[in-house]
Amino acid sequence: MTDSSPAGQILARFRLAWPGFELDVDLTLPGRGVTALFGHSGSGKTTCLRCVAGLERAGESHLEVNGERWQDSAAGLFVPAHRRALGYVFQEASLFPHLSARRNLEYGLRRVRAAQRRVDWDHVVKLLGIEHLLERLPGTLSGGERQRVGIARALLTSPRLLLMDEPLAALDLKRKNEILPYLERLREELDIPVLYVSHSPDEVARLADHVVLLDQGRVVAQGGLRETLARLDLPTALGEDAGVVVESVVAEHDDAYHLTRLTFPGGEVLVARRPEAPGQRLRFRVHARDVSLALTRAEGSSITNLLPARVEALAAADTPAHVLVRLDAGGTPLLARITRRSADQLGLAPGLPLWAQIKAVALLG
Amino acid sequence: MPLSVHDIAAIRLTLELASLTTLLLLLIGTPIAWWLARTRSRLKGPVGAIVALPLVLPPTVLGFYLLVTMGPHGPVGQFTQSLGLGTLPFTFAGLVVGSVFYSMPFVVQPLQNAFEAIGERPLEVAATLRAGPWDTFFSVVLPLAKPGFVTASILGFAHTVGEFGVVLMIGGNIPGVTRTVSVQIFDHVEAMEYAQAHWLAGGMVVFSFFVLLALYSSRRFKPGFN
Repeated sequence: MTDSSPAGQILARFRLAWPGFELDVDLTLPGRGVTALFGHSGSGKTTCLRCVAGLERAGESHLEVNGERWQDSAAGLFVPAHRRALGYVFQEASLFPHLSARRNLEYGLRRVRAAQRRVDWDHVVKLLGIEHLLERLPGTLSGGERQRVGIARALLTSPRLLLMDEPLAALDLKRKNEILPYLERLREELDIPVLYVSHSPDEVARLADHVVLLDQGRVVAQGGLRETLARLDLPTALGEDAGVVVESVVAEHDDAYHLTRLTFPGGEVLVARRPEAPGQRLRFRVHARDVSLALTRAEGSSITNLLPARVEALAAADTPAHVLVRLDAGGTPLLARITRRSADQLGLAPGLPLWAQIKAVALLG
Repeated sequence: MPLSVHDIAAIRLTLELASLTTLLLLLIGTPIAWWLARTRSRLKGPVGAIVALPLVLPPTVLGFYLLVTMGPHGPVGQFTQSLGLGTLPFTFAGLVVGSVFYSMPFVVQPLQNAFEAIGERPLEVAATLRAGPWDTFFSVVLPLAKPGFVTASILGFAHTVGEFGVVLMIGGNIPGVTRTVSVQIFDHVEAMEYAQAHWLAGGMVVFSFFVLLALYSSRRFKPGFN
C-alpha cells in the first residue's frame, strides 16, 4: 500500500470477462460523500462493488482509495479482502447466526487495531437505534433490525470506504422507510465515503451526491447527482423514471392552506405541509412525466407550480411517441417528457422561453 | 458375572480403538472435507471417490491391501521397519490405521455436507470484517458446522465399533491387542458359547440403537444463515 494517487479520490479500473458477461469500468470518484452505482440488474454494479472489496478478482485491475493502493494487476498487487480497510453491507444482512447482535458487532471491531479505531461504539449503536437489540440473536430480529445491525457492524471496523450492496432491496417499503433516515444520518454524521449499489432511482436521488450509471458492464455516465440525472443522453433505459433532483430550502409554511414553500435557484414550489423547519434543506424529485409545457402562463388552471424556463435541448424518449425536453429553469435543470405531437405544435426549439407546469413533486426526506 | 475377563478386555479395546480413530479422523478428515467442499479442481471427483471406496468395498479387500502394504515387504512396512518400528499388522497401531481408512467416509461426508451448507457468504462477511482465512475457519466455519462435527463423530465412532472384516485381516485375534468385541463374538460363536455371544451381541444392538437415536434426535434444529 503506497501513496501514489491524489488523496480524496477513488480510482477504480476493472476489466473481467465471464461467459455471457463482461465488466469494463474506469471510475474516478470523489473520496467523500455517497456515490451511487446505479443500473438495472445485470448491469454489473454488484460485480463492480465486489471487485472493489476484493471478493471478486478481475483480470485487469487497478484500485486506489484515498491514496492507498489496494490493487494493481500490472504490479501484481492484490491486497486480500480482509486486509482492506473497508466495510461491506450485503443485501441480506448476513449476520452470523451463532452470535448475538453484540457479538456480531464485536466481531469486526475486535479485529481492528485499537489505534485504528475511529468510530465510536456508542455513537454507531445510537445512530442506528439498536441499543435495545444487542443481546438478541439474529434469528429473533426483523429484517430491518438485522440490516441496521449489519450496517453498524460494518461501520465499527472504522472503514476508509463503506460499500453497500442494495442494502434495502430485500426489505418491504415499510422497513425501507425505517432504514432510510438512518442512512441519511450516516451520510451527515460520519465522514466515510460510501459506494452505494442500487437500482432504485428514488433511493439514489435521496442518498447520493454522485452517480455512476452502469449498463451491461460499462459506465454510461458518471458525475454529480443533479447534472447526471438531468442528462438527455442517458439510456432511455430510465424511461418512465427519467427526472431530475432539486436541492431546495424550506422557505415558509402556509398554515391556512397547509402548504410549505420550497425555494431553489430559479424558482419555488408549493408542497403539502412539511414537518421541517424553515431554513432546512430538502431534496425533491421531479419526474419528466410530471412536467408539462405551455407557451404562456396558464390562467384558470389547478396547477400551482409554474416555473419560467427555457428549452435547452430535445432528445428521443423511451417510446417513439414521446420526446424528452431539457429545460433550464433559472439555473435548475428540468426534464419534461411530452408527446412528439405536442412538441411540434408548440414549435419547441432550443432557446424558446416557456412555462413548465409541475404536476407532482416527490419529496425525498 | 456374564462377561468374562476377555470380554471386558475386548470391550475396552474396542472403545479405545474407536475413540482414537474418531479423534484422528476429525483431524485428518476436516481438511479433506474442507478441500472437497471448496475446491473447483478436477481432482475433486477422484478424491471424493477414493474417500468413499470403503462404503462399497468388502472390508476384506481393504484389509488385504493394507496387510500387503504394511507387511514386511510392502512399502509402508519397509518404511516403518527402517524407522525401527517393526511392522504394523497384528498390532494395535495397525488396527488404528486400518480403522481410519475404513471409517473415513463416515466422517468426511457429513463434514463436507456441513461445509457446503455454510456457503460462500459467511466467509465473505468474515473477510470484510478483517478475519483472515484461519481466523474465519475457527470463528465462523467451526461453530456453523458444529452439527456436522457431531454427526461425523458419532458415525465415525459407531462405524469403528462395528468393524469386523478389516480387524480380522490386519489385526488377527490377539487378546487385549487386536481382539475387539466383534471378533470376540465371532470367537464365542465358533466355540458354541451362545450365552456369552448373546451378552455381547445384545450389548452391541443396544449401543448402536442409542447412538443412532442420539444422531437422529440431534438433527431437529438447524440455524439458518441470515
